[in-house]
Order: sequence, then C-alpha cells, then structure tokens
Amino acid sequence: MTTQPPIYELSSPGRVGVDLPALPEDGRELADLLPATELRDDLPLPEVSQIDVVRHYVRLSQKNFSIDTDMYPLGSCTMKYNPKVNELTGRLPGLAAVHPLQADEQVQGCLELLSGLEEMIGEIAGFPAVSLQPAAGAQGEFVGMMLIRAQQLRREDVRMKVLIPASAHGTNPATASMCGYESVSIPNGPDGEVDIEAVRAAMGPDVAAVMMTVPNTLGLFESRIQEVCDLAHAAGALVYCDGANMNAMLGRVRPGNLGIDVMHLNLHKTFSTPHGGGGPGAGALCASAELDPYLPVPRVVEGPDGGFARSSDFPHSIGRIQGHMGNFGNLVRAYTYIRSLGAEGLREIADIAVLNANYLRVKLQDVYDLPHDRICMHEVVFSGRRQKAHGVRTLDIAKRLIDFGFHPPTVYFPLIVEEALMIEPTETESRETLDRFIAAMRTIAAEVETDPQRSLDAPLSTPVGRLDEATAARKPDLRYVPPA
Amino acid sequence: MSYVPNTARDQRLMLEAIGAPDLDSLFEDIPADVRDPTLDLPPALSEMDVVAHLQDLASRNQDLTRQISFLGAGWYDHYVPAFVDQMLLRSEYYTAYTPYQPEVSQGTLQTIYEFQSFICDLTGLDVANASMYDGGSALAEATALALNATRRTQVLVADTVDPNHRRIAATYLEPLDVSLEVVRNWNLAGDGALGEDMAPFAAAIDDDTACVVLQRPNFFGWLEDVEAVVKAAHAAGALVIVVADPVTLGVLQPPGEIGADIAVGELRHLAGPPSFGGPGAGYFATTRQHVRRIPGRIVGRTTDGQGRPGYVLTLQTREQHIRRERASSNICTNEALIALAATIHLAGLGRNGLRHLAELSIRHAHAAIEAQWPKGYAVATDRPLVREFPVHCPAPALEINARLRQQEIIGGFDLGGEWPELSDYLLCAFTEKTGPAAIAALHEALPAAAR
Repeated sequence: MTTQPPIYELSSPGRVGVDLPALPEDGRELADLLPATELRDDLPLPEVSQIDVVRHYVRLSQKNFSIDTDMYPLGSCTMKYNPKVNELTGRLPGLAAVHPLQADEQVQGCLELLSGLEEMIGEIAGFPAVSLQPAAGAQGEFVGMMLIRAQQLRREDVRMKVLIPASAHGTNPATASMCGYESVSIPNGPDGEVDIEAVRAAMGPDVAAVMMTVPNTLGLFESRIQEVCDLAHAAGALVYCDGANMNAMLGRVRPGNLGIDVMHLNLHKTFSTPHGGGGPGAGALCASAELDPYLPVPRVVEGPDGGFARSSDFPHSIGRIQGHMGNFGNLVRAYTYIRSLGAEGLREIADIAVLNANYLRVKLQDVYDLPHDRICMHEVVFSGRRQKAHGVRTLDIAKRLIDFGFHPPTVYFPLIVEEALMIEPTETESRETLDRFIAAMRTIAAEVETDPQRSLDAPLSTPVGRLDEATAARKPDLRYVPPA
Repeated sequence: MSYVPNTARDQRLMLEAIGAPDLDSLFEDIPADVRDPTLDLPPALSEMDVVAHLQDLASRNQDLTRQISFLGAGWYDHYVPAFVDQMLLRSEYYTAYTPYQPEVSQGTLQTIYEFQSFICDLTGLDVANASMYDGGSALAEATALALNATRRTQVLVADTVDPNHRRIAATYLEPLDVSLEVVRNWNLAGDGALGEDMAPFAAAIDDDTACVVLQRPNFFGWLEDVEAVVKAAHAAGALVIVVADPVTLGVLQPPGEIGADIAVGELRHLAGPPSFGGPGAGYFATTRQHVRRIPGRIVGRTTDGQGRPGYVLTLQTREQHIRRERASSNICTNEALIALAATIHLAGLGRNGLRHLAELSIRHAHAAIEAQWPKGYAVATDRPLVREFPVHCPAPALEINARLRQQEIIGGFDLGGEWPELSDYLLCAFTEKTGPAAIAALHEALPAAAR
C-alpha cells in the first residue's frame, strides 16, 4: 500500500469539494458588514475536489484495522460486534435532527428514550439512580467521585484519601487527583484480587472512597468485594466501581447488590456503541439512593402534564458536566441494543464472553505463562516472560500477531503483571475464530524459540513498519507545514 | 438478538475443553447470595420491531426537518454534505479503537494529524489535540492548564461566554483550591439595547489571575473589543483563553492573532446533525510553550525503520495511562469520530468553501438585521454582529416562542432563562438554512406571536 500524502498535498487553487447555496449578489463585501480589522487575511486550508476528498479518506480507512475486519481482542476495551441496526436508529432524522434547546413538548420522544434507558440501566446494574450525562468512562469516574465528594462535604466530613488497587486503570488515580484527592495504592494479593488486609490497614477516617474495578483488570472477579464495601462503609467511606468490565456480569450479578455505592458503565464497551477510533463514548453513571441528590443536571423528570421534562432544580447537584443531555446519539444506539436483547440476551452475553475467555485460557496456558491459574471472567491475562527469555518481548508478540490478521491484545497492562498480554475475546467471536487466534498465538510461541527474529521484525504485512516513537516525542511534528 | 455466534454445540465443546460442567460453574466467584438476579426488562424485540419502536419514539419529537429554526446559542444547525456521513459509515473508521497500535491504525492517525493541522490553521495557534468531549469540557481543561502553568488561583470568565461552558468549567474547578469569577462585561441601556463594558476586567485582573476567558463571537453574537483585556492579562502574567466558533473562523481573525494563548470551542455543527445535544466535540489549541501540558491525545508524524512516513500517538507521558495521578487530565476516549467528520467536511470545504459557509450565515443574519422588524421588535444591540443577535420583543420570549411553535417556527433562544432581566429577549441564530424565505416567515409570524 502506498503512502497517502497529507490532504494539503492534494490541494490545487480554486477547487472546492462542496456544493453550497449561492451568496446573495448585492455587490457588497464582508468588509461592508463587519469591521475590516476583524477579518482574517488568509485561511490556509487545502482546496480539494469532492472525489479527491472521498478517495483520500477511503484510502486512509483501508489502513485501519477494525472489528469489521477481524477479531480485536483488546483487553479491557470490549471490542464486540457493533450491530448495524444501531447505526440506522442513531441516524433517524426524528432523533438526530433535534436541537437540545427545543421546548420539552417538542422532544418527548428523546426524553422518553432517555428515561427508559436510565430505567433499564438501573435495573441491569442494580442502582436506583442513573445519569446518562457522562461523555465517556473517564468523565463518569469524575462525576462519580464528585458525588462522593459532594455528599461528604455536605456532611462536613472532609476526607482526603482514595484507596486504589495497583491493578486499576490509570484513569482512577488521575480522576482522584482531578477531584483533589490523594491516591493510595493498594497491592493485589497472590490470588490476583485486592489485598483485603491492605485495605483494612489503609482504611480510616481520612479515606473518602475506595475505587474498585470488578471484575478487575486481571479478568478476575473480586470475590471479597462485599467485605471491601463493608470495611469502607464502617469507616464512613464509599465504594466507587469502575464498570469498564460490566460485560462479564450482565444478568449474572448486579453490582449494586454487592454494596457498591457508585459506578460508571462504558456504553461503548458493554452496550455495543462503536468506539469510533477513540470516541465518542458514553459513560452512564449509576448511584445509590443516598447519592441521587448530587447527580449532574439537567435531569429527565416527570412533566407537568404527565409527559417528560428536563429540570436543573436539584439544589445539591454537582452541577453541569455537559452542555446538554449527554452523548444522545450513543444513547440511542445503546437503547436499541438493550431493547434488541432483553434480559435473556444480556445474560447470554456475559455467559459467552466468559466462556470464550476461559477457552483461550486453557488453550494457551501451556505456551504462555498464566500468572493466575483460575477461572477468569471476560478476559485472561498472560505474561510473556517465558518468551522474554528468548529475547522476544510482549510488544514483539503483539506486532507479530498483526501478520496473522489479528489486532494485538492490550499489552503491558495491568502494570502488576510482567510483560502482560491482556486478551478479551468478547461474546461475538465464534469458536472457529477463537481457534484461528489460538493457532496464531501457538505458532508465535513456537517461532519465538526457533526463529525469534520473525517477531522482532514484525509486522511485515502493514503499510508501515514499527515507527520511531522516540523521535516523534523528542521532535514533535504535530501539524502540517507546507514545504518552504 | 445477542449477536452470539456460538451454538449450544459449540458451547458444549468449549466447556469440555475448559473442564467445566456448565456455564454456571464459570461464575462461582460471584457471591451466591447475589448471583443470577432476575432482570425486569422489556422483552427482546426483533430487528424489524426495534426499528419500528425507535421510529415511533422519533415520531414523538418535532424535529428540525419540519420547522424553521432560529435556535443556536452555541449549538448550530448547519447542512453537512452527504459525502461526510458516507465516509463515517466506513466501518474501518467507526469500529476501530483508539490507535494505540500505529501499524494497523495509520488511517485514524493520519486523519487526527490532519484534524490537528486544520485546527491550528483555523485558530492561528501552534498545536492542537485530537479533540475533547465538547466545547465546555475543553474550556474546563483549558482553565486547568492555565492554573497549572501559572501556579495561580483565579480564573476570570466573561459573562458573555456560553453559560453552559461556564457551568462545566465551574464543576471541573470546584474541587481545586481556586476561584472562578464571572465578570459582567455587558450592560442594558434604558432603551433596551445591550451594550459592551469591558472595564470591569481591568479592575478584576491581578497577580492571582491565571487566565481570562473571552468568547468570539460572544454568546449574544457580537465581537467584543478585547484588545485592552488581552493586554492587561498578559501584562499581569495571565493567559488568555478564547472560545471561538470554528465556522465563523472561516472569515474572522484567528484567536492566535488577537493574543489568545489557548483557543477552545465546539465543532459538532461541522460534523453532523444536532442530535439533541450530543455527541459534541471540542477542539483544544494552544502555543508551543504549553505543548506538554495539553490534555488528551496528540498525534505526531514520524518515520518507520525504512524511512517511510507514518503517524503515532505521541507525548504520551502527559496522559493517565502512563502518569496516573500526575496526569494532565483523566481524559482518554474523546470524540474521534465527530472530529473525523469535521475533518472530512473541512477538507471538502477548504479555503473557499469554509469562507462561503461562514459568509452565508453572516449574510443571512445581516439581511435580518437590516430588515424592517414588526412593530415592537428590534435588534437589541449596535455592536458588530456576526451570525446571531438578541431581539428585544414586546412580550416575554417564552410566550412568543410558544406561539411561534404553533406555526412551526422555533423563534430562538429565550435569554430570560439565563439572565432574568432579559426575559423579553430572543437570541436568533442564522445559518445557510435560514435565508430570506425563513426570515420572511418569521417576520410574518411575529406580530401575532406578541399577543
């Protein structure tokens, strides 16, 4: 595949790729309408015809790996099939061509959908209060921790520390810092679960919350989560749950029933809305009744005439985190998905996601080190340390996998596993696809012993080879500059 | 449908391989007392039925395709050409993840690099990131950068900055030991005209000021004279943040030229329909000096082992997955697909198309400004207007809007919802969709709407 030049290099003076209505011909210039000093001299955007724009972005798309290309076993990201019907409903003009500032009476369909989705997500996760406002998981975490902070401040109960397991996503400590808290790292025990004694020792009147991930990033269910919640509650702290891994729990357990106080769900993971190459996501936030008064505004409420309305009249709310009602387009897709599945379909997702992960575990554990040899949930974490002894690192295995047509797993995360390979197959991969993946992983493991150079040179099948990231960071080239 | 391909036979074979008797045995780590709840959810619908159900919900809205709308207030309704959505439907884009593995993500990575380049061109600044959730969170993160860079504690925001942006920034800054002060920089004359008053900034800026935040065009639609405020801020060692609309930047001075250290804004209206307010997408641009404090993802151009050009996520040591509690923000997933749509649209518009698009909105607005308004209605400022302006009405805007709705016209944004003293003011926005016929329809409907 040839290099596709930056769009600027396709420019030719006078070309335009859009067909706009004509400007009024009244002999006036913009400078007659606006002060000349307010007008810019130049706009250095390229000038490209529509066919060249289309070819450019089609060709670039062909340089992408995607779920619709092949299996994308990226741990903790839940790269499941994105049903096409969701793209249809998300584009219905009656839902998409709606302005957020229209009167409530004109947007009853949108509000009913939001109310219905809140209710279904609350039922699935086991929480009485739901906010669909957060634009992504990280914003959900921020909101969740802000609710905890707001409740404790209202009680004049100032607490400064947040306990976070070492296996947590980086967003957890970053969020704690944004909310003004100090993060305290809690080790994981030899069984991979959070060290309950370390939680007990760190717990105290200065602890605002514990941020748990269930199942954790090792793909293991935290079997002592109820004990963690009890310890926290006894000390006056609350428990936040990072719900990135909800796919494993659908219909099998409602996190709210475990004693968790507040949790976000990534609708772009569990509920199939597309990842979009890095968003938009949607991070529904679930909370206990005690935290309900603090949810962000505006909220959907019952309207004066029996319909729905929007209200910001919640005096204890943490305030606004979004301009309007959250990433509505994604919420339409998630709603469509849940209505397509029903309760049984949801439970089947968890069942098969967990089945698929365990299948990979048993089929690969003789060739890759398995730090925690037990039933896993939706993902399995191997270590590449055996291969490292042959001079092949996990990164090399990841790159070699590309040559077999698969997207690499998540690598070097969680940080507590040396040379981690975190594999999440999801429920939408068939046994045959998993077998192909297993065969590729086994071939690579064998090859590492006989011909390690193959992995060190990989990938060979891609438009570019491994890129010089050190130079990219040292001498940043972050925008197009025309050649002098 | 759960989209699960594995049949009962597959499942049996896999369970045998695992050595598990049944699916239940895989879930025994879950405490028995809470395992296997019954979920009270509506029954599953077939694809045909779920589409019908969503169409039914859609039919309970009165969408913009059936009405003339002058609603803007930061969320504009532009026509986005067909090729943009056709490109978005390429599943190589929308079913890909964040481009962490560059060899298989060159498509997404190059489009982000082009997006960053477009934003730099539009704003006149040196560097831009891959996008933020929306204009409001982009502003919040910009103030956080300024507080961090200056080690100061005060943020000054003009009252004419989008009220929702201000609220979002206030939520983000609440846990930090800092203050966010709103500076009232406009006034209401006895004749009902809105005027500009930038003087309060001079008194408010001091040694604690980390940044001042201005918006262009401001929320009321006019271009404030910001020169003195920018000078005073810089003289005091504070940064200047400008919230700017990317469409009108097609013709207006870029923020970098008027002294902005950071420019942010909402760009969803370049990407697609208003979608009831989300997903949006924010842009974030700043000077070279602050590149290592930028929140979120940034793409850089580099080469591979054979010297071929390629693109990677770069400067990642700022980000949460490396720096954890010391990260510049917790943002990871942003709004890549919305930014991609805006990129494709901007590529099609180009130098002349974006000017043309901006000029259509401005021409339509100015045609409305110059028109004879029905008795009792008046354009309520003499400041330099761009594409949106306040209209003083002879009755509360809330009531006028309600009567206009009967005639399938959405009159504009009721300013009384934000400023009680402006309850008789409508904020009317213009785009290429609201030309002379729409203006005529509005003027025809307004007299009856006042009674």
